[in-house]
Amino acid sequence: MITPYIRCVGQFSIKFVESIGRACLMLSLSLFGKPHRKLLPLFVQQVFQLGILSLPIILTSGLFIGMVLSLQGYYVLVDYAAEQSLGSLVALSLLRELGPVVAALLFSGRAGSSLTAEIGLMQSTEQLASMEMMAVSPYKRVLAPRLLAGIVTLPMLTLLFNVVAIWGGYLIGVSWMGVDGGAYWSVMQGSVDYLPDVMNGVLKSVIFAVMITWVALYNGYYVVPTAQGISYSTTKTVVISSLLVLAMDFVLTALMFGA
Amino acid sequence: MSQKKIELWVGLFVIGALVSLAILAFSVAGLSFKGDGRSYTINASFTNIGGLKVRAPVKLGGVVVGRVEEISLDTQSYMPVVRLSMFENKGIYPETSSLSILTSGLLGEQYIGITPGFIDEDIEMLADGDTIEDTKSALVLEDLIGQFIYSINKED
Repeated sequence: MITPYIRCVGQFSIKFVESIGRACLMLSLSLFGKPHRKLLPLFVQQVFQLGILSLPIILTSGLFIGMVLSLQGYYVLVDYAAEQSLGSLVALSLLRELGPVVAALLFSGRAGSSLTAEIGLMQSTEQLASMEMMAVSPYKRVLAPRLLAGIVTLPMLTLLFNVVAIWGGYLIGVSWMGVDGGAYWSVMQGSVDYLPDVMNGVLKSVIFAVMITWVALYNGYYVVPTAQGISYSTTKTVVISSLLVLAMDFVLTALMFGA
Repeated sequence: MSQKKIELWVGLFVIGALVSLAILAFSVAGLSFKGDGRSYTINASFTNIGGLKVRAPVKLGGVVVGRVEEISLDTQSYMPVVRLSMFENKGIYPETSSLSILTSGLLGEQYIGITPGFIDEDIEMLADGDTIEDTKSALVLEDLIGQFIYSINKED
């Protein structure tokens, strides 16, 4: 009576643990051991694919998020005659939370999905298998440069996102709403600290980058080799990595800024 | 796209990221290489420090001349003891100087104001590890309101 249900739970758990094992195996096979001899040019090419091509969406959304944040912050702060603190509100919320998280979500939608689709198509047309036949490790030749490029580019995109967003906040707060420009910067400098605020944000985005590229590559590598399978994997990448980013952000915030 | 063009774009991207890190560090976080310079520490005990925090500034006429380094409680006298780190390049003060805990604005952060005392022949200057005796505690709003109500009631 109840045994099939228990078996169902067991099956699910075994599959879950198996997939974690496979993902870790994939990570260690692509990162450790002798690297591919053309790793550097391949890596540069992937930085271009993942970083430069994500710049338009990252920069425009950064600008608009900074502008909206500044506008909404101004309306609340002006009631308490505290609009001078607009700079610190914008900079702190961007550096600590919004910058890393929003950039990571955009990155998972823009770059993570494309990684999964690319690797998934390689897998289903058996390009990776034929690479292995030629004694070229697909882990080293295909996965490693993408993984490294993802880990390096997202923190850089986050930094650019933050700068553009703070500038957008300045544009709205100072040029449109008439907050004093000197106060905007000096209050910001007074309340933002380099290590706890700027560097913790960068650390956050490094962790997000590892998670997003790992999930994307895993879903691409272990794709069901059909057209439907690729679309399913791509969707799964975006959903899982976005949820992981949000959940991990809460944990990291509690660790970094709690206590 | 050729490898050369890709490398050019990636180079620009990396430089852009480094520039933004520099902007965030120096323009947003206000980091500076100069630091606060050499400093010496002096101690002071207050009866009530209010909402004073570590790293709060010590000001003389609005100019920052030091920072609060540590706040502890003297378990013998039950008095809060504040250790201040004073910047050497902002001068030294006679031991008759007094400290008071002030508030910037009506609801702002609390800081320590230092008032230099008189200098006479037998008055020494404060050196590392010295203690300032003349201190004035923080203004606690509740106490103030209590005194105000008490003085109103007395007039009736």
